This record gives sequence, structure tokens and C-alpha cells, in this order.
Amino acid sequence: MNTNQDSSDVKTAGIDKPKLRTEAVNLYYGGFQALRDITLDVPQLAITAVIGPSGCGKSSFLRLFNRMNDLIPGARVEGQVELEGISIYENSIDVVELRKRVGMVFQKPNPFPMSVFDNVAFGPRRHGKRHRSELEGIVETSLRQAALWDEVRDKLHQSALALSGGQQQRLCIARVLAVEPEVILMDEPCSALDPVATLKIEDLMRSLTESYTIVIVTHNMQQAARVSDMAAFLMMEDDRAGALVEYGPTSQLFTNPKDKRTEDYITGRFG
Amino acid sequence: MNSRSLMPRQLSQRAAFALLILATIVVVGSVLYIILQIVTSGASAISIEFLTQPPSQAGKAGGILPAIVGTLYLMIGTLIFALPVGVLAAVYLTEYARENWLTRTINLAIMNLAGVPSIVYGLFGLGIFVLAMKFGMSLLSASLTLACQALAITITASREAILAVPREHREGSLAIGATRWQTTRHVVLPQALPGIITGAVLAMSRAAGETAPILVVGAAFLLPGLPQSPFDQFMALPYHLYTVAAHVPGMPKTTMWGVALVLLVVVLFFNVLATVIRLRARRRRYG
Repeated sequence: MNTNQDSSDVKTAGIDKPKLRTEAVNLYYGGFQALRDITLDVPQLAITAVIGPSGCGKSSFLRLFNRMNDLIPGARVEGQVELEGISIYENSIDVVELRKRVGMVFQKPNPFPMSVFDNVAFGPRRHGKRHRSELEGIVETSLRQAALWDEVRDKLHQSALALSGGQQQRLCIARVLAVEPEVILMDEPCSALDPVATLKIEDLMRSLTESYTIVIVTHNMQQAARVSDMAAFLMMEDDRAGALVEYGPTSQLFTNPKDKRTEDYITGRFG
Repeated sequence: MNSRSLMPRQLSQRAAFALLILATIVVVGSVLYIILQIVTSGASAISIEFLTQPPSQAGKAGGILPAIVGTLYLMIGTLIFALPVGVLAAVYLTEYARENWLTRTINLAIMNLAGVPSIVYGLFGLGIFVLAMKFGMSLLSASLTLACQALAITITASREAILAVPREHREGSLAIGATRWQTTRHVVLPQALPGIITGAVLAMSRAAGETAPILVVGAAFLLPGLPQSPFDQFMALPYHLYTVAAHVPGMPKTTMWGVALVLLVVVLFFNVLATVIRLRARRRRYG
């Protein structure tokens, strides 16, 4: 993994120096095993999609990277989860600091019941930025990055709850961007949105890969095929623990899957 | 369509509606009757003098200013002690404590707090605040005693309001690197505030109406002036009403109704105030 060999393929170049990495990860909720023996490298500045049938542990897998599973009583992780080679489940790791570097967008848009401005400024304020002019700059930049600025520039001080679903989700992305993370985890970010809003989010994701590493969980295979560079296919084993069936460049996984189960899934034979 | 099977169903539907309406009329009607009775019987007792003068001739003449002010002080004192403790306890129980036998026991204890007879709180206050802590028979002791009693309401109301804040909002905040306390302080509490205020005002209203607990920790039958410090004794509307009704022979009925009317207005005023605050908070957030 640490050999620094030359690679001409830009999209998979990051794999040599993975941004995120799991090695032999098992995740348990109490006595129930949710994930089994998952080893996977996430390349930087690319989009990695995690697909698989409902209940296979996609979201649980995503939440490994910002330790969101910590919030669930009885959750326990075995194996290594690394951000830039540093194990993030060590006791010395500051979870708050980790979550600043690894942001997350959720399935259901979850803007806070406050103004558009206050939503975006929420993270920076919590991290000690107080000056109005500085916050104004961050809010505008983040909203522009999230392709929302033109739609909300005149209603920055109106309630975020008055925005449409698609706008709310882009606002949530802007809220994450305002903290300047390195990684953005997206947990089925479009499942509550209409097709037009979905396309906007997908365009946005593509533009964000210039500066961010994105991991997206989706049950929409067309979406995974459209936006991602790498794709991982997870499936439940007989005891309902999720396991990695196949992982590789998206084009390969969708056109020439190595595993019969992957082929069955992407051709719609089950799931 | 089978009309024979429909008829009994329509009948039982009508009967159910009639019962529901009857129940509503009984509830609303009795409240209105009580209010009407108090207003019509007590209105003639209300005058500038009644509201601004201390009592004379054992309450048969003069006004009830010390009782009004004493009750307001009690409500404020109860709020000062019960609200912070109640909110902090609710935050701890909902946001920090893990579900285990200890928190289950605490929750059970809080539920039972509400069921303890109020005179027991009075004796508890007498033992702890008046005697052990040497606050004496005073406004402070009474406020603390009523605050203990109010804790059950403030904790329960705060906890319900906090639990009603969607989990997604907490996750959204934590996921961008806010600490648990920042999430509580900036996301959870602002949304829970209207519910917390409602609970606090309910607690204050209860405190304003309590007679038994303050009887033994500092309420006075008659005082010429207003309390000057938290360590002074005080008069209170419900206790005043009780004494003039039960222990003053030849008490004019109108004066008694007048005291009841003032107590009612004080409590209603605070309830309306809380509703206004709650509505304004909601409008600001969602408008």
C-alpha cells in the first residue's frame, strides 16, 4: 500500500495513497454483527460509491469514518479505520477534531430551524470564528461552492425551513463545506429529492471533487454509475452481517463485474 | 350497498360524538362556571385601595398588597431555583446519561416526586431549609420548598421538550465537529425552549396556588409591610384566602371572592404571558 509507484490513471491514482482506509473491520451493535471483515481503500479527491441492498450495512460502514456509530449504545469496532494513515479509533483521537476533517451529509435534509446564514455559519461559530465580516465571507463562499448562492442571496436571514427540499440539502452541504473538511460523507443524499434536485446535487458533487474526497452511500445504481470513480458493493451474509463483495473502478464494476453476486445485483436480479 | 349494516354504525357514530361533546361541555362548562362565579362575586371588592394597601382589621378592611407581592416573589423565587436545576437535570438525563439502572431509578423517582402530597414538601422544607440550613421562616425557605415541588414538573416538561428535538439535528451538529455541549446549547435547547417555558410557567402557577407547603416554612397571617429581604416572612394570596375564610369571623364574603379573583388573574396572566412567549419563539423560527 505504501509503495509510491507511478500511475497514469488519474482517477485511481489516489489509491496508492488512500485518504481513508479500513482494514479487517468488524462492527458490532451489542451482540449483532453489522459489518464483517471489510478492507477497502478510499482514494483522495475522488468519489467512492457504496452500493448494496437495503440493510446491508452501507450507512453503518459510512459512519465508521466520522465515528458517528459512537453515538449508538453498544456499538463496537474491531480492526483498523484510518484517515491518512492514522488510526481514528485510538483513544488519543479527538472525535470533534476528526468530524471537522470528515464532514457528513444525511439522507433527510436536516437544516436547523434558524436562518440560512446561521445554518452555514453554525460550524465556523462553534469553532471559534466570531467576526461578522469573516463569517459573511465563509457563508458566501460555502453557498457558492454548494451552488446555492444565487438562489438564497436575498433570503440569507429567512428561515432555512422555507427552502425547497433540494435547496435544503444543498444548504446542508454548504454547512459542511463551511467547516472546510477534507472528506465529505454522504448518506443517500438524494433519496428524499426529486430528479431535478438530484441532478443538481450530482453536478455539485462532481465539482467538489477538485478539493474534497467524497464517499457516498446510495441505493440508486444509476447514480453510483453516473457520479462515482470507485464503487464498492456490500451484501448481507447469512447472519445479516454486511460484507464487501467487490470493490473497484466504477466502470469496471458496472460493465465487467468479477463476482456473480455483483452482476446479479446491478442487472436487477435482486435487491 | 347494505343499508341494514350501515344503520347501527351510523347510530354508534352519533352516540360517540354526543358523548365526546358532552364530556367537552362538562369540562369547559365547569371551568367557565367557576371563573364566572369568582368574577361576578369578587369584582365589586376590587378597587385601587384593595390592590395597593396593606390589610387592616385582620383582613376585613384595607387591601391585599402584601399578599399579591408575596405571591409574585414566591413565583419568581420558585422559578429561579427550579428552572436551572430542572433544565440541567433534564439535559443530563436526555443528552449525557446512558440508559442504565441508575437513570431508570432517577426517572422513576422524578415521576414519584409529582405524587408526593404537598404538605410533605412543607415539612421537608421546614426540616431542611428552615431548621437545618437556618434560613428561618422566610421567603427563601418557601421558594426553595416550592422549587423542590416544582422540579418534577420542570424536569418532566424540559425532558419532553428536549426529546422532541429531532435526532437528525443533533447528528447534523455533531457531524460538523460541534461538541456535545455546543450541540445541546445551540441546537437542542433553543428548539426545546418553548416547551421548557411552558413547563416553567406551569410550575410557577402551581407555586402561586400552593397553600399547604408554605404554611410551615414562612407564610404569615398578617404583615403590615412588604418583605424587605429573602429572609423575611411574607404573605401569599392562597394562604391569605385560607385564613380570612376559615379563621376570621364576620369576614365580608365579597372580600374573600376578591382575593380569589386576584389570585386567578395573577395565574392567568402568567399563563397568557407564557403562551405569547411560546408563540413568538415559534414564529421567529419558522416564519
